[in-house]
Amino acid sequence: MAKLPETSPAAGLLPLTHGGLTLSEGPARRMWMIQPYPGREAGLDAALRDAHGIGFPEPSRSTGQRGGRLIWAGRAQALWIGTADPAPGLAQHAALTDQSDAWAFLKLEGAGAEAALARLTPLDLHPSVFKRGHAARAPLGHMSAILHRRSAALELFVFRSMARTAVHEIGVAMRSLAARAAV
Amino acid sequence: MRIPCPLCGDRDRREFYYMGAAEALTAPPGPEAPPEVIDDQLHLRTNPAGETRDVWYHETGCGAWLIVTRDTVTHAVHGAVLAERRGTTA
Repeated sequence: MAKLPETSPAAGLLPLTHGGLTLSEGPARRMWMIQPYPGREAGLDAALRDAHGIGFPEPSRSTGQRGGRLIWAGRAQALWIGTADPAPGLAQHAALTDQSDAWAFLKLEGAGAEAALARLTPLDLHPSVFKRGHAARAPLGHMSAILHRRSAALELFVFRSMARTAVHEIGVAMRSLAARAAV
Repeated sequence: MRIPCPLCGDRDRREFYYMGAAEALTAPPGPEAPPEVIDDQLHLRTNPAGETRDVWYHETGCGAWLIVTRDTVTHAVHGAVLAERRGTTA
């Protein structure tokens, strides 16, 4: 079989800059969905602390340190993002699914990023409300996205199949904001 | 209308999908029950003017199933709990 080239979900689409905003693709990372089995939440939390030094995130929050982090991604699930895979022993307490190729990882940076996303999601993303380390599962246009604030950037995760749609929709919002500012 | 999701906070009604009256979550009668009881379980719903409890699925959010208490007369939404915890709190 021919050797197939590996491409990132938003290859050829990003980065994109309009006005003071830049949408770029996050670095390639190992991504796993970690879903604790019923009643095993405490065991999973302890095993995560042992193996990686981070706990399972509270709803709408994230945890992390160098090497790996967890972003809450819905009821009883968190997305592992790291340079390596999570410890296999966690499988005693949770269902682990390798989703590294399943998510498009986008980063929106610049003053007014919240205003651009306000056109697409009903969340209040103002920095005084949606603070560093806050996470949400919410609609982005018609897509189901994970949103997370990490230092200067708003991180967005959408299903890989929606990468082009997400880039288009966020791009339109960025472009129209920049156009209004220029009038 | 906003629904206070216990995991996500207040969210717009359009993020949720209506899954029916909460009373339908009670265990169905066994096969030995008289036909009227089974008919009632399957087809008859109270249609209260006032407080009602129903099941909503947080479709474009966290994916949780919620029991929402609301008022059909005033349209007030009084609260929501995770369906998995429905036995522990009202």
